[in-house]
Amino acid sequence: MEYNNRVLLVGNEAAVYGALLAGCDSYFGYPITPASEVAQEAALLFPRLKRVFIQAESEIGAINMVIGASAMGKRAMTASSGLGISLKQEGVSYLAMYELPAVIADITRSGPGLGNIGPEQSDYFQLTKGGGHGGYHCPVFAPDSAQEMCDMTYAAFDIAEKYRTPVYIMADGVIGQIMETVTLPEPRPPRKDSPWSIAGKREDDGTPNYFTTLYLEHSELEQIRLRLEAKYKEIEKNEQRSVAYKLDDAELVLCAFGVSARVALRAVDVLRSQGVKAGLLRPQTVWPFPKDALRGTLKTAKAFLSVEMNCGQMIDDVKLAIDCSRPVHLVSRCSGNIPSVAEIVARAQEVMKEVTK
Amino acid sequence: MSKEIVKFGKSPVFFDSFTRRPGPVKTNMHYCPGCGHGILHKLLAEAIADRGIQEKVMLVAPVGCAVMAYYYFNCGCISVPHGRAPAVGTGIARVAPDKMVISYQGDGDLAAIGFNEFIQAANRGEKMSVFFVNNSNYGMTGGQMAPTTLPGQKTTTTPYGRNVEVDGYPMKVCELLNSLDVPVYIERCALTSTANIQKARKSIGKALDNLRDRKGFSFVELLCACPINLRKSAADMNKFIDEEMTKYYPLGCFRDRSAESESKPLPPPPIHDPETVRSLLYPKKLDIGVAHTFRNESKLFDRELRLKMAGFGGQGILSLGIMLANMAKLRNFNVSWLPSYGPEQRGGSANCSVIVSRNKIGSPIIDSSCDLLIAISQTALDKFKDEVVPGSVLIYDSSTMTLPPLPEGVIICGVNASEIALKLGNAKCANSVLLGALAAVLKKNNILEGGDKADFDKVFNEAVFESFSSKPEVIELNRLAFVEGEKAVNA
Repeated sequence: MEYNNRVLLVGNEAAVYGALLAGCDSYFGYPITPASEVAQEAALLFPRLKRVFIQAESEIGAINMVIGASAMGKRAMTASSGLGISLKQEGVSYLAMYELPAVIADITRSGPGLGNIGPEQSDYFQLTKGGGHGGYHCPVFAPDSAQEMCDMTYAAFDIAEKYRTPVYIMADGVIGQIMETVTLPEPRPPRKDSPWSIAGKREDDGTPNYFTTLYLEHSELEQIRLRLEAKYKEIEKNEQRSVAYKLDDAELVLCAFGVSARVALRAVDVLRSQGVKAGLLRPQTVWPFPKDALRGTLKTAKAFLSVEMNCGQMIDDVKLAIDCSRPVHLVSRCSGNIPSVAEIVARAQEVMKEVTK
Repeated sequence: MSKEIVKFGKSPVFFDSFTRRPGPVKTNMHYCPGCGHGILHKLLAEAIADRGIQEKVMLVAPVGCAVMAYYYFNCGCISVPHGRAPAVGTGIARVAPDKMVISYQGDGDLAAIGFNEFIQAANRGEKMSVFFVNNSNYGMTGGQMAPTTLPGQKTTTTPYGRNVEVDGYPMKVCELLNSLDVPVYIERCALTSTANIQKARKSIGKALDNLRDRKGFSFVELLCACPINLRKSAADMNKFIDEEMTKYYPLGCFRDRSAESESKPLPPPPIHDPETVRSLLYPKKLDIGVAHTFRNESKLFDRELRLKMAGFGGQGILSLGIMLANMAKLRNFNVSWLPSYGPEQRGGSANCSVIVSRNKIGSPIIDSSCDLLIAISQTALDKFKDEVVPGSVLIYDSSTMTLPPLPEGVIICGVNASEIALKLGNAKCANSVLLGALAAVLKKNNILEGGDKADFDKVFNEAVFESFSSKPEVIELNRLAFVEGEKAVNA
């Protein structure tokens, strides 16, 4: 039988295809706009492959089911949107401390509170700075298309397992809702159950594996925290991902992820046609933030412009990455509004006037 | 660090030496003298050993005094967030149905912070057994009021006694659980006298039998002593349980369908074989489309095309966009389709942007000029008229709408789409009438060139075939509607 691997998929659906093709065993969901299509598509497709789909009683229930499935050494996923992710954060903190892999998609909407169902990128702080209690990090992918929703979810399972950590897919509502042509990756061959699952035995004393997050002895816990920190350093070193656009001679470096990056890319073309040497760095991971790539632009960069759909969050990381060595400005829209090409171009022209004065 | 190994007829499900416990003491449990947890641990460890299921048991430990159960139980174990044991247990049970999940929980954990996880897991009929320690207070945190604290009972957060006007009445978990259809076994026992402990042993055994035999959800509540926090002697503690607690929490079996419940078979194993996965996930290749080297010849397609469709929800405007996106996909273009609609499912404004390009698509949002606007409501046309620029094509429903002033050079086409569709017997095919009209306009104005003129009709037919391959009558209707739309414009 011949199959067609080029299909039209909504971003949220593409994430489910990415998960299934990566060998995800289980999906635990809860309805929320604009992430519901992830659960709906999972409800349709997981049973087709005799894999587990459960609609949980709550976001809290869902993330804890992920904990259970992951503790058995199986690949597990959940998805939600901002406020639902807030509820999941307790479980994510535990996952980080257990060192259990998991993939969590956040199809971000506007906030705080209920906000509205329009797209926003205001979960940046929540996802990149820990989110829950206790001080941890999770790798965060920021797809800009349905294709990347698929590819990054696919890759996220490997990263999660390699470093034994929860991994986020952070996609604004536009990327979740957009339908695009997607080339499906190849299905992963069956994998062996992870040796660390609670069905397995410990290497040191042959007793059954167990997971806990409780270490009453201060020095023992400190050792574990230092081990986690070392792992985070390793991830920061190895897993920064970004895409550069016309950066070789860029005097003005735009920085944007998700749908903002697609608008910013058009703005770069317009600016170039107006004689401004503009370029775009699009982080594909926002934690670890692509510091090295951003620093690489300092040879020619005179100013930076962070384009975000929030009131300015990633801009902090831009400033830190370049040690505030250049002026860093912000174009921001929020609450469901998307910055227009014209807005970005106008701000960029102002910034360049300021810099070249 | 001491290395004492103690064997006094201990269940093999307990470690010989509790080496996981920090500090020098490796022979004793951390529980206070007289605590009910010790008794329940012993009964559970013996019952697991008696059934030979040690290798299969996955123990989910709560937050509370039993948080460190993994110090003692020689089986797979996880200590989980407060109250979430049945949710974690669900995850384990579903991905590893051959394992046997035990959820061990206290009264704060199960009946307060985690009641939802508990009752929902029970209602799903998860294959797990839950052992519920009711000692009428939060033990680990220092004796605060629990949902199970008796009226008038003094705790560290009810220093004047539990006031039912403020704090409500004790939660009767067995009784609440008994209102659900699916649990198999529900019993309340007390770990006080030898006779009561023997009864509890039987109940625990039954819950584990049900677990081993995949009968469903079993629940055993155990009224337990907490002499330190309740500031009672062992004898007074038992008296309190037997005489005071049982008034609110009568002992006995609330439900036992163990005998008549059938063992549920193991679900089929998940499919991971790549060839089978491909056959179940990838769409079958239909005999449509073109070779991957095919390129439409019209100059039009050399740049990114920005198309917008607008109307109100329920008119099928989003489907119209998807149809155009499909047509472009079938001719090797990259496409993006982005909907925008209000919170109403029907009747609110709805529009979608479709971008067609041979290259990677830039911004999926149309906020200035568009190459095509199909507007089928007056509101939509008025809203987006500024995006129509010289060279744009505008298609609108001429039966219901009037044209606002537009710049010169816009190619305008009114078509009576909804009326034509109704004449064909189905309002739903109005989209295809509009696409037929679009075909006519593109051909008439030579926007489509050469072979692309005929190819537009062909790719429409292919897209309709792909979308409705199982419904031949729908395919026919839409093909007819397309032809009628084309005719209407050419007339």
